[in-house]
Formats: sequence, C-alpha cells, structure tokens
Amino acid sequence: MAALADPPLVEARRDGERSLWVAFVVMVALLIAAPFVVYPVFLMQALCFALFACAFNLLIGYVGLLSFGHALFFGWASYLCAHAAKVWGFPPEAAVLFGTLSGAVLGVVAGSIAIRRQGIYFAMITLALAQMMYFVALRAPFTGGEDGIQDVPRGHLFGVFDLSHEKTMYVFVLVMVLAGFLFIYRIINSPFGEVLKAIRENEPRAISLGYNTDRYKLCAFVLSATLAGLAGALKALVFQLASLTDVYWTMSGEVVLMTLVGGLGTVFGPVVGAFLIVAMENYLAQFGQWVLVIQGVIFVACVLVFRRGIVGELAHALGVKL
Amino acid sequence: MVEIFGIPSYALFGQLLIGLINGSFYALLSLGLAVIFGMLNIINFTHGAQYMMGAFAAYLMLQYLGVDYWIALVVVPILIGATGILIERLFLQHIRKLDHLYGLILTFGLALIIEGLFRNQFGSSGKPYQIPALLQGGRNLGFMFLPNYRAWVIAFSLVVCFATWFAIERTRLGSYLRAATENPALVRAFGINVPRMVTLTYGFGVGLAALAGVMAAPIYNVSPQMGSDLIIVVFAVVVIGGMGSILGAIVTGFALGVIEGLTKVFFPEASSTVIFVIMAIVLLIRPAGLFGRTV
Repeated sequence: MAALADPPLVEARRDGERSLWVAFVVMVALLIAAPFVVYPVFLMQALCFALFACAFNLLIGYVGLLSFGHALFFGWASYLCAHAAKVWGFPPEAAVLFGTLSGAVLGVVAGSIAIRRQGIYFAMITLALAQMMYFVALRAPFTGGEDGIQDVPRGHLFGVFDLSHEKTMYVFVLVMVLAGFLFIYRIINSPFGEVLKAIRENEPRAISLGYNTDRYKLCAFVLSATLAGLAGALKALVFQLASLTDVYWTMSGEVVLMTLVGGLGTVFGPVVGAFLIVAMENYLAQFGQWVLVIQGVIFVACVLVFRRGIVGELAHALGVKL
Repeated sequence: MVEIFGIPSYALFGQLLIGLINGSFYALLSLGLAVIFGMLNIINFTHGAQYMMGAFAAYLMLQYLGVDYWIALVVVPILIGATGILIERLFLQHIRKLDHLYGLILTFGLALIIEGLFRNQFGSSGKPYQIPALLQGGRNLGFMFLPNYRAWVIAFSLVVCFATWFAIERTRLGSYLRAATENPALVRAFGINVPRMVTLTYGFGVGLAALAGVMAAPIYNVSPQMGSDLIIVVFAVVVIGGMGSILGAIVTGFALGVIEGLTKVFFPEASSTVIFVIMAIVLLIRPAGLFGRTV
C-alpha cells in the first residue's frame, strides 16, 4: 500500500529536491564562513557576478534565449545606482532599488525589440542594443566618460547599518544575492517556469497550446534584466565605482562564459562559474592580455568537450539535480 | 563656397565619402557573414578578428618582407582564408549538429583568443600603413576633394561584391552551393562533396574578411581591436538587411554607411548609435529585416 501512496515519480522528484536543498545549505554555509578566510571584497564581487550569471541563466537555461547584451542591464543599473547614491544622496537601499528598477525598464524596452526575432538573431540584436547603450554611456554627461562615477558613498542601510564596514556590506550583499537566487529558483519551479521550459523545448507547440509565447518570453526577459540590474547596482556600491567596463560587450561575454563553465540550465552552475572566473581573473590580472586568450580557450573547450559545465557534469555523474 | 542645407559642400561630400568607405567594409563583411551563415548555419563571430588578421598580415608583410600592397591584396586573403579552413576542420565541423548558439559561442571564443594573442604581440596602439604609391594623392572635383585611394576602395569593393553575387547567383558552382544550403543530404546524394564545399565556403568568407582588412589598413590604423567593435555594427547591418539575400547584404551595407556619414554631418552626437537605432526601428516595423525571409 505504501508503494501506491508514494509512486516512484513523486519519490524521484523529492530526491531531486533533496539534492538541491543539500547543495543550497552547503553553499550558504560556505558563504557565511568564507569572509573569515577570504578577502571580503573579492567575495562580494564574485557574489554580484553570481547573481548576474543566475539572471542570465534564467534566459538561456530555461527559455533557450542567448542574450549577448546583458551588460546593458548590469552596467546601466550600476551607473544609475551610483548616480542616485552620489548625486541625489539616496540611501543605499533606495539607490539599489532605483538601479534594479532601471534594469527592469531597460529590460522592457530592449526585450520588446529583441524578442521579435529568434535564435541567432536574438543574440545579435541584444549585442547590438547593448553596444548602442555603451556609446550612449560613453557620451552621456552624467556617466563621467572614461573616468566613470567614482567614490560612490555606501551610506547607512535603513539609516542604521554602516555599510562602509566590509563585513556589514558583505552581509547586505549576501542577503540580497541569496534572495535573488531563491527568487529565480521559485520562478523556474512555478507554472510560469514550466511554460518557459515548454517554449524552450518546442515553441510552435507551446503556441498551439494557446500560450502567448511572446508575452512569456518578454516577461522572462524583463525578470532576467531586473535581476541583472540588482547585481549591477550592488556591484556599484561594493566597488564604489560605476565604469564603462560594466557596459562593454566584454562584460556580456564574461557572463556567458561564467554560465557556460558552471553549466547552462543548472541551478548552481552560474554561481560556481562566477566564482571560478572571478578568481581566475583576479589571479591572472598580472598577466595582462593573456586573460583574453585564456577566456577564449575556455569558451572553445566548453563548447567542444564540456557542454554540460562543471555542475552539469557533476549532477550527471551523481544522477541528481543540481 | 557652395553650401547645401547650410553645410559647406566640402564637409557634406567629405562625410558622404567616409560613409561610402565605411559602407564598403560593412558590405564586404556582411556579405562574408551571409555566405558563411547560408552554408554553415553559423554566425561567424570570428569575422572581426579575421578582418584584423588581414590588416595585420598586410602590415607585417610590408614591414618585414617588403611585400607591397598589390601582392598583399592577393596573397593575404588566400593565407587568412587557409587559416579559416583550418578552423573549420579543427573546430566548426564538430559542432554542426548542435544548436546554432554553440557556433556563436565557439567563434566568439576564437575571436577572443586571436585578439588576445595579437594584443600580446603588438600592443594596443595602432600602426600606420602607407598608401601604395600608385594611389597616393587625389583630385579636386570642384565640389569636393577625392583622395585616389578612397575612390579605389569604393570601386574595388563594389567589384568584389558584384563578383561574389555573380558567382553565387549565376554560376553552376553557385547553384550547387544554393542547393546544398536548402538540402545538403539530397545534394550529397547527387555525388557532390558537400562537406568539402562547406569547408571551402568558410575559407572564402574568411578570405573576404581578410581582403576587407587589407583594404582598410591604409585608411584606419592597424590595431588588434580594429575588428571587434566593427563586427558588432556589422551584426546590426545583417539584422537590418536580413541574411536571406546576397544583394540585400550589399545594398544594406552601403546604404547604412552613407546614412552614418550623413548623421555625422547633421547630428554628430548620434553618429555612433544611428545604425543601432535603425536596427531597432526596422525590427519594430518589419521583424524579418528589409530583404529577409521570416526565420
């Protein structure tokens, strides 16, 4: 009778979720312990990129849309958050919210243009739109051109917590990033997320089932842009700097790389990928242009022999969901 | 002095000329992209890097081997085309059955490798390339000054574009190519070696990019990053024109170059963004692109 009450399918699903919970607990434990061992600014940088990569993964991994212009949302949210905090004197929570919302608005505009074409064109269009906004950032007076916006004040969170302390800032970033991470997990496991996966697998069929796929795709795009915006806004506060690097196409390429290394369409892949790539770049910064070559080699290796990514391979080997 | 719309004619036609020059490069590069995409179903992100390699090959051959522009114009496309064939054999042939997106990511990675290696070797600063003796100087047309080399670039790229169009649309080899684009399995069944055709097509597309690079060397400074910004604009050009038609790619390339040049005269702040704005407008009005079929 017990077998009837608990059919194998439900069992498997519960097993799958168990592995995810174990992994989540391990990740949180590591992130809480980490600042006692590792330089907090490095960790915060990696966390911002982890959220950025998770936001990107929401599109490529669950809707099958490759955006080659996500730096647009990351970088512009970073600029607007920095501007709000420095020039308008917004408190940090308001500045981050402002940056995040600007990511959403840009997502609506860019998304409604880009989803008009599919596949390879989608990637080229997002790349072109991001490049356009790079030139706007280069020329716009408030962005400070090549200098960027420097000395952004971190301020006091809710007027209480002084974010200029690295540990306090770390807790703030960690909480925001984990909230974003859980939000994405919730999205992909909601009925809405199931429709997204259906669109990824077979769009004409989703249309024939009566779904307005364009609206779903736009919605996913805006969600992804919003979370990328959150990541960018946080990064502006962490480094107290918003600069052209964050809106340039190389940044769009980097987030593709992080997600690809970690594993497209895995829950934890983008986080692992972001930590690895950020660590690699910090370590290799002294070798100058070799970073570009090494990034390129990783791209090629991932596509040719390692398409599941690190977490994807691990999940495959263990036979669990990660 | 002659004025048109309150702008001195020298400035207006000067920018128009620069627009046509840029348009020549947009046309040559988007043509190569379209040819490659037709056969391999890959958007060749390496195209910008291969254009840069063409310019560098010409520069290095002049600098160290004393090979002049005219020989470089023939040798460099063949040489860089050969490296393209190598890339196709080593990498691209293995991912033909995968999602198109992997092709984009793979060629993006290759572009990073090439650009990184060149930056390591030659630094980021631009290197000048002398205009060949035969084409130095220029002529005064009354309303503007026309440098000979620029006139040559426009004329020669028009010839190359037309020749490519003719080869693909009007010859037997071109008809095989178009047939293999539609249905490779059937064309193979007729005894035509489609994989070899794919390889050679990629080599040809890359050769076109390298040719554009050689032509660009005397106009722009030769530098490792000269291709990466250009390729993004060319992507926008390709989205506007649609990749269905060879002629479409050529016309769109030249037209957008001219529009960009005119924007520089009338509204200089927008000159670097105008092509992207046009792309957005075209997508809103006619999503398939001006000459494209719906994808």
